[in-house]
Amino acid sequence: MLMIPVQEGLLLAAILFALGLIGLLVRRNILFILMSTEVMLNAAGLAFIVAGARWGAADGQVMFFFILALAAAEVSVGLALVLRMHHQYKSLDADLLSRMRG
Amino acid sequence: MQTFFYTAGAVAVAATLLMILSLNAVHALLYLIVSFLAVAVIFYILGAPFVAALEVIVYAGAIMVLFIFIVMMLNLGRRAAEQERAWLRPSMWIGPSVLAAILLGEVILLLTRAGVPAPAAEVVGPKEVGLVLFGPYLIGVELTSVLLMGALVAAYHLGWHRPKLEKANVDDSRARGASPGGDFVRAGADRSPGTP
Amino acid sequence: MRSLLWLIPAIPFFSALLLAIFGPRFSRKTIAVFGAGSIGLSALITLGIAADFITSPPPDHRYTQTLWTWMNVGDLNAPVALLLDPLSLVMIGVVTFVGFLIHLYSVEYMAPEEGYSRFFAYMNLFVGAMLILVLADHLLLLFLGWEGVGLCSFLLIGFWYTDPKNVRAARKAFIVTRIGDTALMIALALLLTHLGSLEITTLLDRAGQAWPIGAPLAIWAAALILGGAVGKSAQLPLQVWLPDAMAGPTPTSALIHAATMVTAGVYLIARTHTLFLLAPPVLMAVAVIGAATLLIASFSALTQSDLKRVLAYSTISQIGYMFLALGVGAWSAAIFHLMTHAFFKALLFLAAGVVIHAFHGEQNLFQMGGLRRTLPFTFWVFLIGGASLAGLPLVTAGFYSKGEILWESWALGGSALWAAGVIGAFLTSLYTFRLTFLAFFGAPRKAPAGGEPGLLIRIPLIVLGVLSIIGGFINLPPALGNKLLLTHFLQTVLPHTEASALHAAGGMTEIGSEAFVTAASLLGLFLAYLFYLRRPSLAESLAGRPVGRALHRFWSAGWGFDPLYDRLFVRPYILLAEAARRDLVDRFYERWLVRPVFLLSSVSLHDLIDSIYTGLARLAAVFYEMLRRTETGRVRWYAAGLAAGTIFFLGWVVLL
Repeated sequence: MLMIPVQEGLLLAAILFALGLIGLLVRRNILFILMSTEVMLNAAGLAFIVAGARWGAADGQVMFFFILALAAAEVSVGLALVLRMHHQYKSLDADLLSRMRG
Repeated sequence: MQTFFYTAGAVAVAATLLMILSLNAVHALLYLIVSFLAVAVIFYILGAPFVAALEVIVYAGAIMVLFIFIVMMLNLGRRAAEQERAWLRPSMWIGPSVLAAILLGEVILLLTRAGVPAPAAEVVGPKEVGLVLFGPYLIGVELTSVLLMGALVAAYHLGWHRPKLEKANVDDSRARGASPGGDFVRAGADRSPGTP
Repeated sequence: MRSLLWLIPAIPFFSALLLAIFGPRFSRKTIAVFGAGSIGLSALITLGIAADFITSPPPDHRYTQTLWTWMNVGDLNAPVALLLDPLSLVMIGVVTFVGFLIHLYSVEYMAPEEGYSRFFAYMNLFVGAMLILVLADHLLLLFLGWEGVGLCSFLLIGFWYTDPKNVRAARKAFIVTRIGDTALMIALALLLTHLGSLEITTLLDRAGQAWPIGAPLAIWAAALILGGAVGKSAQLPLQVWLPDAMAGPTPTSALIHAATMVTAGVYLIARTHTLFLLAPPVLMAVAVIGAATLLIASFSALTQSDLKRVLAYSTISQIGYMFLALGVGAWSAAIFHLMTHAFFKALLFLAAGVVIHAFHGEQNLFQMGGLRRTLPFTFWVFLIGGASLAGLPLVTAGFYSKGEILWESWALGGSALWAAGVIGAFLTSLYTFRLTFLAFFGAPRKAPAGGEPGLLIRIPLIVLGVLSIIGGFINLPPALGNKLLLTHFLQTVLPHTEASALHAAGGMTEIGSEAFVTAASLLGLFLAYLFYLRRPSLAESLAGRPVGRALHRFWSAGWGFDPLYDRLFVRPYILLAEAARRDLVDRFYERWLVRPVFLLSSVSLHDLIDSIYTGLARLAAVFYEMLRRTETGRVRWYAAGLAAGTIFFLGWVVLL
């Protein structure tokens, strides 16, 4: 196999995370915000996997597993909220949600 | 193998960049799936085949299908893309990019500071992961199941949008005269004091 | 069969949980089935386990069931483990059986009440906590049960919380018992730090190895445990809460304040008796407290006009007997009396509940009378309970248990304690029959309205009546048949104490002691007959004299403990709180430090202080404005804030 590119792996995770952050901050469409969140979560998972591979331990993979479950839960609730929002406001503009009304 | 790694990394970064730039939601999702697949390749290279498979099946598969499903449901057409174009003015990019750049810079600094020696990659298969997952991390698994359950209930409740039905339900429970708290609230309210 | 042990406390807990959550939705029938049925099931399992235990006893006569590890911190390893040995078997037998009978009674008795499911939820929770208390193999778990029963006691005394009087009584009970609980908690900490374990058997073994007899630490530990027991069992000086605890529903009084919870202190001392043997002064104190309490409470019971308060004081005095027995080292006699007392006192309370219902909530004895004809059944069971409490010879359970305690206190404790016990027996008989004659004999002063109770109330009364009679036959003293079944059964846990040469029974045999008890109780019966049936004028003339009137007032107020504690503790505390509210300390500083300085510098004090405060207020307003601006409601701004924070802290790490 190969030598583990620890630094490069972590660097990749950091780049992906930063890209996700940019997406999160720039987009006004709530769907894109959710997608960017997914990217960031995935980047965190990548960092865990790289670290786990570095030590040859399974713990990194276990943590990724948890992140995966978290992402699934977050997406299902988030998308349900997107649906409701679309019904309510007929728009997906996150900035419309600045007032919490029933 | 090294080349594989770098290629996959480049693909992942490029796909993600395209995703945050694209105006059309479906395109963005496709880019995102590509990015996830690239990351899955990296996982495989790093000796984590199990997680690579999960990444493909759950992330690029299930989660993204959910997204696509919603996008199709909402029927975001050309109008939405126009809207996105209006929103994404170049000036909007400055602040977040600076923020992210600083963050990235800091992480790079941190990474270069500690020279990490790297041994050869060894494959950590699903068996080891399973042993660790259901051994020391058992409580995490249980909590995760609770989390998923909660998400299931929440998604079901939120996605259930039928105003007429809801109203009928509320009216029905009012008609049945079920007062909240029942016994606990009314206890002793109409007693004469001091009777045993 | 034994492996089912954990079900005994688990079933009541489960039922309490169900009733607490779904109670308001259940029908009354369902509530009754769950509420009483759960305890019945526990009682059945107890019966099976007891049969199993007696026919094929486990090795060493003890069986431990470890369920799971509760906590494991440092050198404190607290498993949730249940211990079954003869002592805890007797206790769970009493708790589940008497508890079940009382629950059965409550099904009918509480039927007209609001909060039916709440009542049963509390009662089941209580029984569960009590079972945890007596089954615990570990002092920490025991303490959990201990606090659990305290909590349920609070909830049940204040069951009708719409009346502030009841809430006050509940609060009083809670606070007074908390004083004892705190002592117990300190005892636990002390034992853990010095013996390194809270597991009861290990702890007692280690205590025996580590401390010689009379070691200061042993004395401290035993004294603190005694403090806890005194609070829970309503002994001097913490007995003031029990008479007020009668504010709760009658079944509660029967279950908690007569049969089970108040005996927890007795159980605790019996359970840790080897520790007390290492501290002779404390053991002596237990006996003295018991003797003093039984006398004081008996005198108070003589003068109460409220039916339930008489029984409350009687409970205090009977537990005094148990403490007396423990103090002289008659462990099994204490447990024996605990058991018989649970039978007859539960019976008396339940019968009293019927009487009170018959009079529509009237509890004043002097408004009753003549119930013998209207409620014959209730009269008979009440009479059986009363006879057992008074210890009428040969046919009642109370006679045997009390006689055994008195004989042991003569043989082991000396004549003074014995004399106190005999006087107490006389007084007990006197107030019991005073109560009976006032309520059931004579002319009706007020027409009772209710008739005889229904079947669900009768069954428990009949069963308890039978137990109040035959309960004594399991421990016949050597002089009267010599069948010490219970003592032998408890032998492995509570060994028989040999009379030391010091108190060799000088010139009196057991028969002699029993004769004294018999005479005392018959004399009490006769005097009660004289004063309250034959010649009421005699009693009135006695109470009419100035001395008599003063004594009457003093006794009926419970020897003035309430006003005393009020003056000693409550009022000073309130005064301190008031002082704190008025900023006394600040005033002191202002007067002696601030003011002189300002006078010296001759600046107008008021303006300066004012400007400081207005400045502060303005500063707060400025910050508030700044923070308010950040609350835009825009998610993306929040995310940016998060990112900025992350950058800041990462930068901190990178640059430092």
